[in-house]
Parts: sequence; C-alpha cells; structure tokens
Amino acid sequence: MKADVLRVKDLVVHYHTSLGAVKAADNISFSLKADERLGFAGESGSGKSTMALAILRMIKPPGRIEAGEVWLEGINVMTVSEEEMRQVRLARIAMIPQGSMNSLNPVMRVKEQIADALRDHGVQLSRHQLQERVRDLLTSVGLRPEVADMFPHELSGGMKQRACIAIAISLRPKVIIADEPTSALDVVVQKQVMQTLARVQKDLEASVILVGHDMGLVAQFVDRLGVMYAGKLVEVSPVRDIFTKPLHPYTQMLIASLPSLEQKGTFRGIPGLPPLLRDLPPGCAFHPRCPHASDRCRTEEPLSREVRPNSWAACHLLP
Amino acid sequence: MTTLLEARRVTKVFGGGLFDRNTTVALEDFSLAIDSERPSITAVVGESGSGKTTLARLLLGLVSPSRGQVLYQGRDLQAMRSAEMRTFRRDVQVIFQDPYEVYNPFYRVDHVLTTPVSKFKLASTKAEARAVIEGALEAVGLRPEETLGRFPHQLSGGQRQRVMVARALLLKPRVILADEPVSMVDASLRATILASLRTMTVERGISIIYITHDLATAYQISDNIVVLYRGSVAEAGDVERVVKAPHHPYTRLLISSIPVASAERNWVTESAPPAVGSFAGGAAGCKFVDRCPEAMPMCCQARPPLFRVDRYRAVSCYLYQAAPTLSPEEMVKAFIQPPAVPRVGASGGC
Amino acid sequence: MADEISPPTAVPEAGRLRQGWLADTGRYMRRNPSLAVGIVLLLILVLFVGIGHLAVDTSKARALSAPAMRAPSLQYPFGTDRQGRDLLAVMVAGTPLTLQIGFIAGFLGVGIGSILGFVSAYYRGKVDTIIRGIADIGLTVPGLLVLIIIAVSIKEGLTVNQMALIVASLAWLNPTRTIRAQVLSLRERAYVEVARLSGMSGPEIIFKELMPNLLPYLGATLVNAVSNAILASIGLEVLGLGPIDSPTLGMTLYWVNYNAALLNGWWWWWTAPIVIILIVFLGLFFLTVGLDEIANPKLRRAV
Repeated sequence: MKADVLRVKDLVVHYHTSLGAVKAADNISFSLKADERLGFAGESGSGKSTMALAILRMIKPPGRIEAGEVWLEGINVMTVSEEEMRQVRLARIAMIPQGSMNSLNPVMRVKEQIADALRDHGVQLSRHQLQERVRDLLTSVGLRPEVADMFPHELSGGMKQRACIAIAISLRPKVIIADEPTSALDVVVQKQVMQTLARVQKDLEASVILVGHDMGLVAQFVDRLGVMYAGKLVEVSPVRDIFTKPLHPYTQMLIASLPSLEQKGTFRGIPGLPPLLRDLPPGCAFHPRCPHASDRCRTEEPLSREVRPNSWAACHLLP
Repeated sequence: MTTLLEARRVTKVFGGGLFDRNTTVALEDFSLAIDSERPSITAVVGESGSGKTTLARLLLGLVSPSRGQVLYQGRDLQAMRSAEMRTFRRDVQVIFQDPYEVYNPFYRVDHVLTTPVSKFKLASTKAEARAVIEGALEAVGLRPEETLGRFPHQLSGGQRQRVMVARALLLKPRVILADEPVSMVDASLRATILASLRTMTVERGISIIYITHDLATAYQISDNIVVLYRGSVAEAGDVERVVKAPHHPYTRLLISSIPVASAERNWVTESAPPAVGSFAGGAAGCKFVDRCPEAMPMCCQARPPLFRVDRYRAVSCYLYQAAPTLSPEEMVKAFIQPPAVPRVGASGGC
Repeated sequence: MADEISPPTAVPEAGRLRQGWLADTGRYMRRNPSLAVGIVLLLILVLFVGIGHLAVDTSKARALSAPAMRAPSLQYPFGTDRQGRDLLAVMVAGTPLTLQIGFIAGFLGVGIGSILGFVSAYYRGKVDTIIRGIADIGLTVPGLLVLIIIAVSIKEGLTVNQMALIVASLAWLNPTRTIRAQVLSLRERAYVEVARLSGMSGPEIIFKELMPNLLPYLGATLVNAVSNAILASIGLEVLGLGPIDSPTLGMTLYWVNYNAALLNGWWWWWTAPIVIILIVFLGLFFLTVGLDEIANPKLRRAV
C-alpha cells in the first residue's frame, strides 16, 4: 500500500457575490497515493476546477477558501505563508490550468518561458545547462528540440499543450494537476497529449490529478475516479467499479446518458437542471432529479462513507 | 429521388486575393443531396480543418462556392429571386454550436422566437404568436412560463440550445442544419436535445444534417455518415457499418482515438508515438498520405475517387481500388434510405 | 418528453431590479468612483449656472456695466474686467454658452459619425472604402488649421450656433472611425447571423441588434466628443476667431490675452475662467472614464 502523497480534508470554497455566497466546493475530502492517477469528472458548475485551484491556493476574490486542510508530504499548505506557497507551486505541485495553451506568452519563445519558470524558483543554471535542460524537457514531452526557439503561434494546439506540460514538469513535481488539458483539441491529438502526460508521469514517478467533463477521457486515463455534482464529491471509486457497479444515482444516470459506439439506444438524459450553487436545495443536492429520492434525502445532507473497500459515496440509499 | 437541398461538386477556396499568396482549399469537389421524400439524419463528421463548418455555411447560403453549386429544390442559391430566397430561408433552418453567442444579450430570449414569427408572418395576432411559440417550446420539452421573459444568462446552456431548436421548429422547416448542437452543452443534458432532434425527423419528416466532431453522438442519432478529412470525403455510408467496421485508415484512426466511457480501456496510455506515414504529402494525391500507415506510391499521384466497397458504403482510398467507383454526386447512392414519411404540417406543395 | 422534475431553484434575477434603483445607483457609484466624481463635478457647474442665473444680473456681463478693473469684493465677487464687465455675471452667462457649443458640436459629430460608422461597417465594400477614405484623409489634415480657415472666411460676426456648426464640421471624423471599428467586431457575432437568417433587413439589424449593444460605447464617445468640441471652440476663441460679442469662456480668455492681464497682475480676470474650464474638463474626463467602465465589461471591478 503506497503512502498518501496528498490528502485533502473538508475543503470548502465560497464565492461571495452581491446575490449571496456561491458554494463552489463543499467539504471535499480525498487522498492521492504516490504514482496514482486520480480523476475528477463533473459537468459545468460541479466545482472541479474550483477544487483544483483551491489545492494550489489560487482562488482569487471574490472567492475564498473558507475551510479545509491540504496535506502535501506532511505539511498543511493551507497554513504556510504566501512566499512558501509560491515555492511549493511548480516545485512540489504543478498545475496545467484550463486553456493554458492560450495563456502562453505570445511574445516569448518557448525556451524563455520554461527558463522563466526555472529562474523564478531560484534554479541557477549556466546558459549551456539551461539549454540542455530545456531540450530534455521538450523531448520528454515528445517535442522536437527546435521547438525551443519557436513562438507559441507557430505551434499547433497539441504542441502548445505539450509545451505547457513541459513547463509544469520542469521542476519535477510530485503532484501534477491537469484541468481539462485537452478540451479544445481534436480527438486524435487529444490521445497523443494524454499519452504524453502518462509517459511523463511514469518518468517522474509523480501522481496526477486529472479534472475534466469528458467522463470517457478521464476514465481511460485514471486509476480512481471521483464524480462531482453541485460542488460536492458524490462518489470516489476505482475506475472499473465506477462503470460496473456505480453507487451514486447521479453516477448511474450520468453513465447511462453517455452515447456509446457499441449500440444505438434510447437517449437517456437526466431530467431537470443542476441547482444554482448559491441556492442549493436542502438535504441532498441531487434529490430534485433523483428517481429514488426519499424524505430523508430531502432534509438531511448525506455524508461520504466508505461503502465498499476503497469506494466512497454520499447517498442515504446505500447500506 | 427528388432532391431538396443539394451541394453539387462544391469547392471553396479561401485567400488568394491581391496580396495573399496563400490559398486554403476548405472543401474540394464535394457533393451531398438531401432527399425530399425520405427524411433522414446525415452526419458530417470531421475534425478542425476538415471543412465541415465551411460546408454548413455553404449550405445555408452564407458564403458562395468558388466552384460548383448549392441548389435548393433545383434552383441555384446564387440565382434565386427574393421570393425564392424567402422560401429557402424558411425551409432550411440552423442550430448553431454556441448557445450563448446566438442570443443578443440586450434582449430576452423571446426575441429570437418573436422575430421569425413576425418576419415570416406565422401569426396574425399577438395571441396567436404566443400560442405558436409556446407550442414550439413545449415540443422540445421546455416550460414556456420558465423560459419566456428570461434573459439568456438566466438560462442554462442546455435550455438555451433547446430554445434554438424550438426556434428552428417554428418555421416548420424541411431541413435543419445542426452545427455541433450539443458540444457546448453538459453531458447529462445532451441526450434530451439529441432525442428531440431525432423526433423531428421521425415524427415531422424534417431532414437533419448533423455536423460534429463527436463520432459517438453522430452514431447515436444519424442514419448515414460522411467522414471529412481536410476538405475531402474519406468515407461515407450507413453509419452502422462505417462506425463498426471502418475501412478508411483515417476513419480507423479517428475511431481508435475516441475514449470510451467504460471499464475497458481501449486506449493504450503508454505507447510509442503514432506511426507516421512514410510519404510526404503533396498538392496532388490523397490528403491523408502523410499520416497513413498503409500509404502506397500511387497514393501520391492523384486523389482517390470514391470506391463503392459494398452496397451502403463508399471509401476514398486506393486500398479498395478493386471496387467500382462513384462520382461525387453518386455518393448518396451508398446511403441507406429510411422509409418515406408524410410531412406533418406541410406548408404547401413542393 | 417534458422535464418531469421542476428545479426549485431557478430564481429569476429580474426581481433584483425592483429593489430600488436609488439603492442600486448608490451601490454602483461606490464601485465606479470615476463616474461619481464626474457627475458631481458637472453637477457643481449646473448648480453654479442655475443659481447664478437667479442670483446674478446677467446683463452685467456686457461691457460698461460696472466700474472697470476692480479686484474681487463683496459687490463684485469675481471682480471686473477692463471693459467694465462684472466677471461673475460673465461666468454665469458664458459657461452655458461654451457648453452649448460643445454639446451641439458633440451631438452632431457623434450623430453623423454613428450613421456613417454603422453604414460603413455593416455594408462594407465600396461604401466602406469611400467613407473610410474620407474620414482618414480628414483626420490627417490639422483640424485647428481648417477651423481657423473656416472661421476667418465668415465675414459677419459669428454667433454661438455658427461656432458650434464650424466645430461640428470636423467633429464627426473620429467618431466615424471608432464606431466603425466597434461595429466591425459586433457584426461577426452569431446573433447577427441569426437575425439575418430570421429575415431581418440591413437597417433593421443595425437599429435593433447592433445599436442597443453599443449604447454604452456611444455614450462614452459622446462625452468624449463634447469634451473635444469645447476644447476646439475655446482654442478658436482664444485666437479671436469666436463670437466676439458673447461672454463665452474662450472669449474671456481672448480679452485676457488682448489686455495682457497676466503681465498686469489682474489675476482675478484669468483665474475664474481657467478654474471653470478645469472643472468642465475634469468632470467630462471622469465621466468618460466612468462610462468606459460600463462600456467595457472587462474593466469592471469584481462584483
């Protein structure tokens, strides 16, 4: 049994708007083992991106981390100073944010952007060593060394995304968080980028948290999958179990609604709409759309329990 | 068959103006015909750069072809008089991809519904207009009292997209062009929108051209499929056959790259980089030659024609050169024909 | 196929509008201080002119109505000038005249500029090339020079309204370009395409789809144009090319120059008009900045 490299406990993030507090993430708890790939799948507004940003303490006002602990290799990063947190970011936990390929600096060459990240973390290297390091990084993500001298606009979408991965791994972090890393990419390129991420993870012996809305994509990559709904983590299980024995009704209905390439079937959407995060219904957030909702579901919020070994779910209907 | 909407050997080239040396061929020698008596759903699948968006714009008459014609009921769109254009605009509707951008943020969502009603004179009194609009909303599963009177940002993406489908229905069209209608909608809401599109065809006899990059939804909803690669048809035919047993190397690559939401892994996540074709692409020849694992010397010389590999499938690949060829206009012969459906609420003789 | 389950949480936000526009405005002013400052400054001017017209005899703004060269005193709070004008009366009478020139020229400029900008950007093609060409050529010609030539060629004495028209003749050039730029980007929006497919005609699309979304931008452009027009008119007047008999702010400064008030130490003569001009420009400037924030949502501070 591998040790936990990251442990998140009761993380709560609220966005304060003039209309009330938006509960973007509510009591998120999970742990990440070394060399593990953990995925978080959820639709828009489920809180997955918020959670990823919160782990790195990158929530900006009007959002605020209201509560929670994030233990990284024995230290609660919620309690360290901002300066220490800056050191933690990229060196210990790296993030590939959503749309990062569009956030590359358009007037800097790729090698300068990587060097920037290294320098920012106090890495002192001679020009020659820097060149070598950059070249190694680029080859490890499957890019030709010539890419170092190119500008972002000269690269294709897939190449830009791989450059972002190179920047993220430049300091050999132990945890990589990837938030929708392939959302704007074609399906063939998508697979290449995910394969690159897998290879990189293996080389670094790091753990990966993959956040996305495409359940198929996340499922193909990760070992364990967490399902998020309305800011809550409703189920976390090994991938196989999620699809063969899904526990939470939302997970079941979500899987049923996904189009398959095997068989033409009926279209089974989930009726109703996801709730407004600033006006959540009492009890279980899913009860208005759940076909099995009971009175208890309407009044009492279910807590996450280990229903089976290594499977957690938050539902009153489970034993 | 009598055709309704037809693209006849259409080519669209961008660029090449006075100072622009670079030209891009977005679509090359493409033909597609929609039958007027047998409504069906045809999927046009391709990645970015495949030409599918250009095709949508050509079929809607928003851009004109560089070569070839787009015809509606036999008349070239470019040659239509305004009365014919009016009929065209009424009979051919579109659902765009972005359910937010299609709304003018200044107005409530009612605006996109009331405008066509008044412009196409679908009702003579305000009460009648209201009834027509409410009927359309209910047909797509929306409650009028929860939808009308709201601003776009107050509705979810799925609701906004359904309002757009309702708008398309208002005019009792004969063809709906759906350009990525569910790609920006949450997964759990997609099924409902797709179901309502399928109902349009089955119950109301409206043909749908479903343009997407998502093969899974295309498979679920359509009867026939056309796979585009860089402006040319790679494979076309019965969607069941093309998806279950793809013939063209590109189609195979596409299908193998789709992550399936199941416990079985169909992706090999740690693998060698994909095999690159051993031929460099040129101006002539098959467009896929530089990425094709089965490329042969003849692939570089001329574009492969469509080979009719079996009754309901055509593949544009020299691997199948033994099969009889089809010209682009004959491609639709490889389509399966759903049964003829009497049109609901036909607006007049055709 | 209707949704069987009604979401209990779809709260219409329209309810917020009824909460009281005064409270909303107050709250917004706090978030947009520039707008608040601009409005306050201009309100001060309006009050000055309004109360002034009631309290002060504006006929004293004419020459020979008071003893000349008096420093500020209780009887003449702003002092008097060399021709015997009560300067307080001059300011009270002249400020609205200067503003009038600015508003007429500004509105005309933006009005013409809007029409040309919308037409040019929406229809493109030859119309666009012609309008754009004229505007571009016009913008390269030094504006003040053109205005001077026009003003000099008018033989009879200028009235305030003629002044406004002279300034307006060039005031439409910049708005045409900037409004055209805005419309060019808006016309690519999907909702314009939807409107076209719904059967709307060109002018309908311009008025119903494009213009409402540009109202904040047009407002900011208008304030800008007014500001520029006032500046241009003051510039012409200081050179002596304005309406000689009117007590506008610019003309007062002309007389200040003519009589070398600076050298002679008659500080009260040039202080009053300069302070008022400052308030006008600062007020308009802050108003523009404030309106910019409304026009460009990206500049808005977080809620």
